[in-house]
Amino acid sequence: MKSKSLSIPFLIWAVIFIIIPMIFIIAFAFTDDNFNFTFDNFNHLNRYLPVFLRSLKLSIISTVICLALGYPVGYIISKMSPKVQNVFVLLTMLPMWMNFLLRTYSWIKILNTESGVLNTILSALNLPTIDIMDTQFAIVLGMIYNFLPFMILPIYSVLTKMDEKVIEAAKDLGANNVQVFFKVVLPLSVPGIITGLTMVFVPAISTFIISKLLGGGGANMLIGDLIDMQFLGNAYNPHLGSAISLILMVFILISMGVMRKFDSDEAGGIM
Amino acid sequence: MLKFLKRFYIFIIFTFLYAPIAVLIAYSFNSSKSSKWTGFTFDWYIQLFQDKQIMNSWGVTLRVAIFSAIIATIIGTMAAIGIANMKKRTRSAVLSVNNIPVTNPDIITGVSLMLLFIALRIERGEITLLLAHITFNIPYVILSVLPKLHQADNMTYEAALDLGATPFSAFWKVVFHEIKPGIVTGFILAFTLSFDDFMISNYTGGTAQTLAVTIFSMTKKKINPKIYALSSIMFLTVLILLIIVNLRQDDNNSKKERKLKKVEKNL
Repeated sequence: MKSKSLSIPFLIWAVIFIIIPMIFIIAFAFTDDNFNFTFDNFNHLNRYLPVFLRSLKLSIISTVICLALGYPVGYIISKMSPKVQNVFVLLTMLPMWMNFLLRTYSWIKILNTESGVLNTILSALNLPTIDIMDTQFAIVLGMIYNFLPFMILPIYSVLTKMDEKVIEAAKDLGANNVQVFFKVVLPLSVPGIITGLTMVFVPAISTFIISKLLGGGGANMLIGDLIDMQFLGNAYNPHLGSAISLILMVFILISMGVMRKFDSDEAGGIM
Repeated sequence: MLKFLKRFYIFIIFTFLYAPIAVLIAYSFNSSKSSKWTGFTFDWYIQLFQDKQIMNSWGVTLRVAIFSAIIATIIGTMAAIGIANMKKRTRSAVLSVNNIPVTNPDIITGVSLMLLFIALRIERGEITLLLAHITFNIPYVILSVLPKLHQADNMTYEAALDLGATPFSAFWKVVFHEIKPGIVTGFILAFTLSFDDFMISNYTGGTAQTLAVTIFSMTKKKINPKIYALSSIMFLTVLILLIIVNLRQDDNNSKKERKLKKVEKNL
């Protein structure tokens, strides 16, 4: 078939702009400034272990909370009438049309201890004010805020495609609502959950804006900040930056592999 | 009771999603630059159009989004057609390469392209920005077009060939119409992703700053309320467009329903 040749422009493009840059990352990670082979970049990483662990901790916490908050939203929307469903799907996506830096920056205005919107309201109501700016709590809040739609949408789309007959069948066979949910609906929505988990976890673990704006940088630095510093910051060192990127990539690949395995196990269990 | 709880929950979540947006829109009318509310003004909306830096980056963002979406849609659609006709093993190899920019964190796609441009000694500017955006847009176009190609009926294409159409006109008049929704989705997705991108532009743009990069450089000092004004305009434009599209769809649907009912009556 001649049509195969239609993909040639893409293949050339992919080699130049996808594969070669990835090779650059690997090559930079294993070389020093004079491009001699070395493991030094990885030896330095011990120092940054706390940063890695903090990124991991905060992104896992946010991903789990996103799942807990997002699943019910996806579920409730999928039970609405089709017209209303469309409106709510659009409402879920619409915030993405305002630049995410600004939306995150807006949280500073909301959470600010002295002049923040939230504390102004709280003190007007004579309630105790809260002070969470520049803490890990604020970073988690920012992550949940930014990535929650990525959890809601895939879960919604799995639930809305679910065959009502399967649920009816379970009910006919004597299952109560709780059983129907845990034995039928939840297992069948695993693919959507997996997509949601990866769509939240990957940007959460690699972010550097949220930690910079809401976490105050410095002591609450994340992997993303570390990479950014090596490429555009004062610490310019693309070799170390590539080593960190490489570890981050391997890390994401492993966690996705684990989740996929979980997915197929679940599917096997239903069959 | 349960119904009330559900509604209350949805209300809380969407308040959470929209509160920061409401705050930004409110501050776009605040007469002082600080967080304190000092009075209502339209000044930022007027000054916005005289701000060279903001207007420049707005232009860069728009040009890059439009051109990268068009080029990615063309390359991606062609690629999808080619991929659909590949043998299974080649296809899955090509698709896993295609998935690299989708699954990789944006920051890594960004820095890897930055390394490439440095190595090739290409000065980073609007051209590299465009190349980078095309690169991360193509995979999404392929992923939107490919399922439509699998759904498309191969028989109609062959029938067109049997009836004497050239492969090109058979494609143009038959297959293209079947995969059009996928191409449109891919284009819109590409445009949106490009428009909204910060991470990749940050590392590949160099002197050419997109709106997101300009905003980022402002967050280091103080954000000028003019940016709030611009964002409020953009947000409300999209909101109004969506409402219009939705209303028209409803209108079309109800027209169709009425027609159907008429046909049923006549039967």
